[in-house]
Amino acid sequence: MTDSSFTVNIEDMKRVELVEVSGRIDSSNAAQFDDILKEIAKRGKYNVVLNMAGVEYISSAGLRALVALLRENKKHRGDVRLAQPSERVVEVLSLAGLDSLFAVYNDSASAVGSF
Amino acid sequence: MAAQRRLTVPGRYPEIRKICEFVAASASEAGFDEDTVFHLELCCDEASTNIIEHAYGGEDVGAIDVTTIIDNATFTVTLQDSGRPFDPTAVPAPPDINNDLAAGLSTDELSQQLQVGGLGLHFIRNLMDEVYFTFDEDHGNTMVMVKYLQGKDV
Repeated sequence: MTDSSFTVNIEDMKRVELVEVSGRIDSSNAAQFDDILKEIAKRGKYNVVLNMAGVEYISSAGLRALVALLRENKKHRGDVRLAQPSERVVEVLSLAGLDSLFAVYNDSASAVGSF
Repeated sequence: MAAQRRLTVPGRYPEIRKICEFVAASASEAGFDEDTVFHLELCCDEASTNIIEHAYGGEDVGAIDVTTIIDNATFTVTLQDSGRPFDPTAVPAPPDINNDLAAGLSTDELSQQLQVGGLGLHFIRNLMDEVYFTFDEDHGNTMVMVKYLQGKDV
C-alpha cells in the first residue's frame, strides 16, 4: 500500500458531489486518487465539483485521473467543475493545455450552484 | 566548485517521491525559488514515471539512478536506467487541446491521446532549459536535464 499524501473529503449534496482534495498527487498515489474518483461515478453521481484549493502538487498522472472522470461524467451528461484550484493546479493544467476543459469557479458554493 | 549528489532507488512508483524530495533539496540548495523547485520536482517525477512505464515496462524491473550537479551557472539532473532504449522522438506530442476541442474532439478521444502519453515529456521540454537523451549498451538510457541558475547568464 502506497503511503498516501493527499486527502479527499466527499460531501453528497443531492444533485452534486462536492469533493475537497488537498495534498500531493503524483505518480506514487495517482492510482489511488483515480480509484476514489471512479467510486463516485460508480455510485451514479456524475455532477462533481472538485475543490482543489489545498492541492500543493499534481503531476500528469493526477491530471489523467481528472480527465478520466470528466470523460466518464460527460458520457452520463454530467460534468466535472473546479472550485478554487491552487496556483499549482492552474499552472499544470495550463502547461498541459487542459485549462479550457474544466470550468473554474472562485468557491465551492458557486461551482455547486452552477449545476 | 561543483557540488554533486547521487541517489539510487528501485524502479517503483512509491520511490518517485524520494527522487522528488532529493531533487527538491538539491534545487533549494542551488538557490532556486519555490516555483522553480516545483518545476524541477515535476520534471523528475515525469521522467521517472516514463522510465518505469516505458524503459522498464513495469515496476521492480530495474533501478533509477539520479545525480544532481550544481556548478557556477547550471543545475543538472541526470537520470539513468538500464531498461530498453527509450526514443523520446517516438513519443507523440500531446494534442493541442484547445484547437482539438474546437475541432470537435470528444473527451473520449482526448483521454485516449493523453493515455498514449507525451504529456510528461511535454512538461519537461517546456520547463527545462536543456534536455538530452542518450542510450548505450553499458549505461542504458541517460536523460540529462539542465536548468540555468537564476540570475546567471549562460
